[in-house]
Amino acid sequence: MSIEFETIIGLEVHVQLATESKLFCRCSTKFGSPPNTQTCPVCTGSPGALPVMNRHAFDLSLKTAVALNCEIPKFTKWDRKQYYYPDLPKGYQISQFDLPMSQHGYLEISDSKDRFETKKVGITRAHLEEDAGKSMHDEAAGKADSRIDLNRTGTPLLEIVSEPDMRSPLEARAYLDELKLLLTYINVSDCNMQEGSLRVDANVNLHLQTDDGKVATPIVEVKNMNSFRAVERALAYEVDRQLAHWKKTGEKIGDVPKQTRGWDDSAEVTKAQRSKEESSDYRYFPDPDLVPITTTDEQVAKVRDSLCELPAALRSRLVKEQSITPYDAGVIVNQGRAVVDYFLEVAEGCGDGKQASNWVQRDVLKNLKENEQTIDQFGMSATSLAALVKSVKAGDLDNSRAGEVFEYMLANGKDVVASMAALGIEKVDDSALDDLCRELLAANPKVVADVQGGNQKAIGALIGQAKKKNPNVSPNDIRGKCLAMIAEMS
Amino acid sequence: MLDRETVEKVALLARLKLSDEELATMTDQLGKIVGYIDQLSELDTDNVEPMAHAVELSNVFKSDEARPSLDREAALSNAPKKDDECYRVPAVLGE
Repeated sequence: MSIEFETIIGLEVHVQLATESKLFCRCSTKFGSPPNTQTCPVCTGSPGALPVMNRHAFDLSLKTAVALNCEIPKFTKWDRKQYYYPDLPKGYQISQFDLPMSQHGYLEISDSKDRFETKKVGITRAHLEEDAGKSMHDEAAGKADSRIDLNRTGTPLLEIVSEPDMRSPLEARAYLDELKLLLTYINVSDCNMQEGSLRVDANVNLHLQTDDGKVATPIVEVKNMNSFRAVERALAYEVDRQLAHWKKTGEKIGDVPKQTRGWDDSAEVTKAQRSKEESSDYRYFPDPDLVPITTTDEQVAKVRDSLCELPAALRSRLVKEQSITPYDAGVIVNQGRAVVDYFLEVAEGCGDGKQASNWVQRDVLKNLKENEQTIDQFGMSATSLAALVKSVKAGDLDNSRAGEVFEYMLANGKDVVASMAALGIEKVDDSALDDLCRELLAANPKVVADVQGGNQKAIGALIGQAKKKNPNVSPNDIRGKCLAMIAEMS
Repeated sequence: MLDRETVEKVALLARLKLSDEELATMTDQLGKIVGYIDQLSELDTDNVEPMAHAVELSNVFKSDEARPSLDREAALSNAPKKDDECYRVPAVLGE
């Protein structure tokens, strides 16, 4: 039985803000320190400790909210979310409940391969909260004990909640890629998933078209996904699972409580986790330790004006101004602003965006990857590369030897003119080319006969010989000239 | 009035284990507290804006500078159970 259905996906992303110190105290947020060396009475929830809001964390969240096109309410406050867990020493998490610092934004996603249409994914809200500590189950030593490290306690997190606007695992992946790129461009987080700076939970269900009308399957929250690839795969699995489960049981939304499932990356399945406490059980109430925050229109306008050019705008500018494909623009913009600037300098220097894009993608990025370097460490200035591309365009340097010149420039730090001289590359003038071709044709009557017999490819045999006689000749010139001469003979 | 089931639920959420006797006492005492506070609902608050904070202050911030934290020994000193690096707690059940 095949059935039509629509996949409905919403994502919750927790992103760690790039601050030196924690959200409500001055302990360091540094990752990887020995356990319990970055705590204070605020972190451990000791009696009498008083949290005070980190200005920079609020500024970073404001910047993010503006970049996500959110409304910024003039008034926001802090709430306590109560739950009992050993990695949460206070017994509550300081978060934001009914008056978040931002809401009703959107992020535009698109696909350069046109697998889905460009769309705006709604942002329900983005709010600040503190992180909890880390529980480790010590299997070797204790068996019976869990060990608690509170270094992470109080680290600033921005929770970005999307509307259920994504219709496929692919769109969810695109949303995450775009969100991460945006956050990296505006410098609010390092988005390192391995270190937990970016965490994703997904809500997914299906809207089925049945004979009795539209039916929705129960919403499942998927957790435990350690990479964007894992998110995509977990969602694809969940779509299949929910469809099969519905066919077997007919279970609809509302029939069962909301389920949480964890992604098992090695088994490639989602597994049911213990049921979540109902939202009302968190018993939110305003935190009396922290005063509210007010934001003015002027402040928001100032943040908006100071934002850098965002990835989406940058991509359209590259497509429009440099005449490159959306795909190429995507590849370059994904490399970060420094590579974009390098590309723009090459493109403007040589006057050819397409060629600049080819060189940057094929030669520069490949080289950086091989040597594990960033663009600032790259041994060739954009001006030098632009001059190289210009020489090729002007015909002073043949494409077949341009790669060699590139390598020489990079290895020796010389400009294109000096490198060509060092490699003995000079432009072959027309009369020298004529002489060479005449000589080759005279020495290779069989090739001439083959070409006259209709096999133009036979000319290829002459290229190697020509290169041996004069390494500076261009294969294309030789091919063209020889074919023309043979045509004149007959 | 507060019923016994509600007190049981609140105790569970706070991971408190109460004996039958304690439950009875708590139901009575908590009920009185809630009842006392509940007197406030006699007031007409239809046109009153909810109060977010008792103090008329806003925008109190600290700068983003890291300062030295507690020595680990001091941080762990009040823990009922610990090792050289961590607090130790009864096993957190696997998810």
